[in-house]
Amino acid sequence: MVRKKKTLIELKDVWKTYYLGDNILDVLKGVNVQINEGEFVVITGPSGSGKSTMMNQVGILDTPSKGTIFLEGIDISTLGESQLAQLRGKKIGFVFQQFNLISTLTALENVILPTIFQNMPEEERSERAKKLLTRVGLGDRMDHRPNELSGGQQQRVAIARALINNPEIILADEPTGNLDSTSGEQVMKMLADLHTKEKKTIILVTHDVNLVKYSEKSIFIKDGVITKVKSNHFKH
Amino acid sequence: MIKDYFKISWEEIKRRRTRTWLTLIGIFIGVAAIVSLITLGQGLENAITAQFDALGKDKIFVMPEGGMWGMGSSEQLTEDDLELINDVGGVKLATGMGYSYARYEFNDLVHYGFLSGISTDPEERALVGEAQTWDVGEGRMLRSGDKYKVLLGYEFTRTDLFEKRLELGDKILLHGKSFKVVGFLEKIGSPPDDQAGIIPLETYEDLFNTGGALGFIIAQSQAGEDPLLVAEEMEKDLRKSHDVNEGEEDFSVQTPEQFAESFNIILDIVQIVLIGIAGISLLVGGIGIMNTMYTSVLERTKEIGVMKAIGAKNSHVMYLFLVESGLYGLGGGLIGALIGIGFAKLTELAFVLAVGPAFLSIEINWLLVLGTLLFSFLIGCLSGIAPARRASKLNPVDSLRYE
Repeated sequence: MVRKKKTLIELKDVWKTYYLGDNILDVLKGVNVQINEGEFVVITGPSGSGKSTMMNQVGILDTPSKGTIFLEGIDISTLGESQLAQLRGKKIGFVFQQFNLISTLTALENVILPTIFQNMPEEERSERAKKLLTRVGLGDRMDHRPNELSGGQQQRVAIARALINNPEIILADEPTGNLDSTSGEQVMKMLADLHTKEKKTIILVTHDVNLVKYSEKSIFIKDGVITKVKSNHFKH
Repeated sequence: MIKDYFKISWEEIKRRRTRTWLTLIGIFIGVAAIVSLITLGQGLENAITAQFDALGKDKIFVMPEGGMWGMGSSEQLTEDDLELINDVGGVKLATGMGYSYARYEFNDLVHYGFLSGISTDPEERALVGEAQTWDVGEGRMLRSGDKYKVLLGYEFTRTDLFEKRLELGDKILLHGKSFKVVGFLEKIGSPPDDQAGIIPLETYEDLFNTGGALGFIIAQSQAGEDPLLVAEEMEKDLRKSHDVNEGEEDFSVQTPEQFAESFNIILDIVQIVLIGIAGISLLVGGIGIMNTMYTSVLERTKEIGVMKAIGAKNSHVMYLFLVESGLYGLGGGLIGALIGIGFAKLTELAFVLAVGPAFLSIEINWLLVLGTLLFSFLIGCLSGIAPARRASKLNPVDSLRYE
């Protein structure tokens, strides 16, 4: 008997509307998405399709104008700002296109940062961060600041940071967008390994259709509407 | 968690050195002014209290009202007053003194300084000497039988006044009359006292034609008596004898403690006013911190978005920026306290070199330093509240998009 996968994130008839003066702009129009435990999902679409807006909804960084979002079955509209932040910190690890490391902190300090907001004990944080940095191949660069690291190295620090609280979900927004092809492949391999070896749920948002091959489910979005949901037989 | 915030804030402060220094200047100027004013004020109070303590707690000073040590007042004390005071219960001994400004001539040069007339009775003389902290350095004290004899202050043994020092046995003209020098006092430490002379009271009365009027009277209370109570009794009796009501006295009766207090009250008022003015500069410094923090929030908008994305609550962001602004306050406070104390110490050194040790006695008040640091940190935090709130309320999505 095939065990039914747990739905981690669900968007139910989600709309996102912006009001610009007299203009009303619907960036998301009644989007329905289910992201299940252990899936590798790619959300793709052209520029202006609404995929970034959808990423913000999926990552509970933003709230919908209409519709409901569930995180592990909890309606997030019932949660206060403080609870949402805690949940986000615990359940979702973010990897951004521009790496978004704090420039005044070292690689180690950047990786430790999310644990401060979760009140993890000091010794545990440091130990975990060092292990993660070693794992992503930066054991000898822990005391370097972002401006002393290459783009690829910075993104690997960002991945380590995303993993520090051991979240179930990794949400990556164009993670290879600012990298050369070699570094890009390295990062994609890491994400793939996280998926297959650690059963992490990976949500990758990208305009690069080539990355669809990494996913087992790809969601195509255009003009705020999901046009296609495709299952892939992925091969990492 | 607070330790982590301090670390993150410290790195951020280090990143913008010029801006940090400019922000700190606003605080440390105000703090330095306040710390130095309080330290100097306390130093003055210490010196004044020490000076009056040296007079002896059992001494009571009676002066004509309106003048200072018998000078500049139209009122006078008399031998009758002296007799009355001697009869007051609790008084062990009382003596009258004359005190005036006089012309000193020696070696064809002129010096104007104070001149005292004291009783040559050994007990009374000892009382005056105690009250005036006179110690004979060379020669001897005045004694019974001395008429045109003078005891001179320490400065007369140096060459600054008359281009050559006086020796024991020399003749000096006081107010046109020739006096023989019988002794020199040890250094007191205050120039007016070290440049003054002492002659017998009878001679003083002749010289200045006082008609028996006294500049002031020093009384000593008996052992075991409370000088304040004896002084009160004295006041009552003098009021009766002068036929004046309470509050309308033509004389004043004070203990050294009361003297010190009246000086210190005036000093405190002046200090409060000056500190108030210095406080305004501290307020301006606080506004400087607020400005710096608003700029910092704006520059770190994206960073704030990232922190929220990785799990920071609004309160985390708020505390982070509050700690940063508090650090600005604390840093300014620390530098200001050091500068303030340094300035006070330098002022003390300059005073001692120029004038003598009697007028300023600086002590570093560690409670003041601690209070200053805490207060500065508080000013910093308060200044940072509005910018920190703004940072905490930023929308993560908009912040992440900010360039």
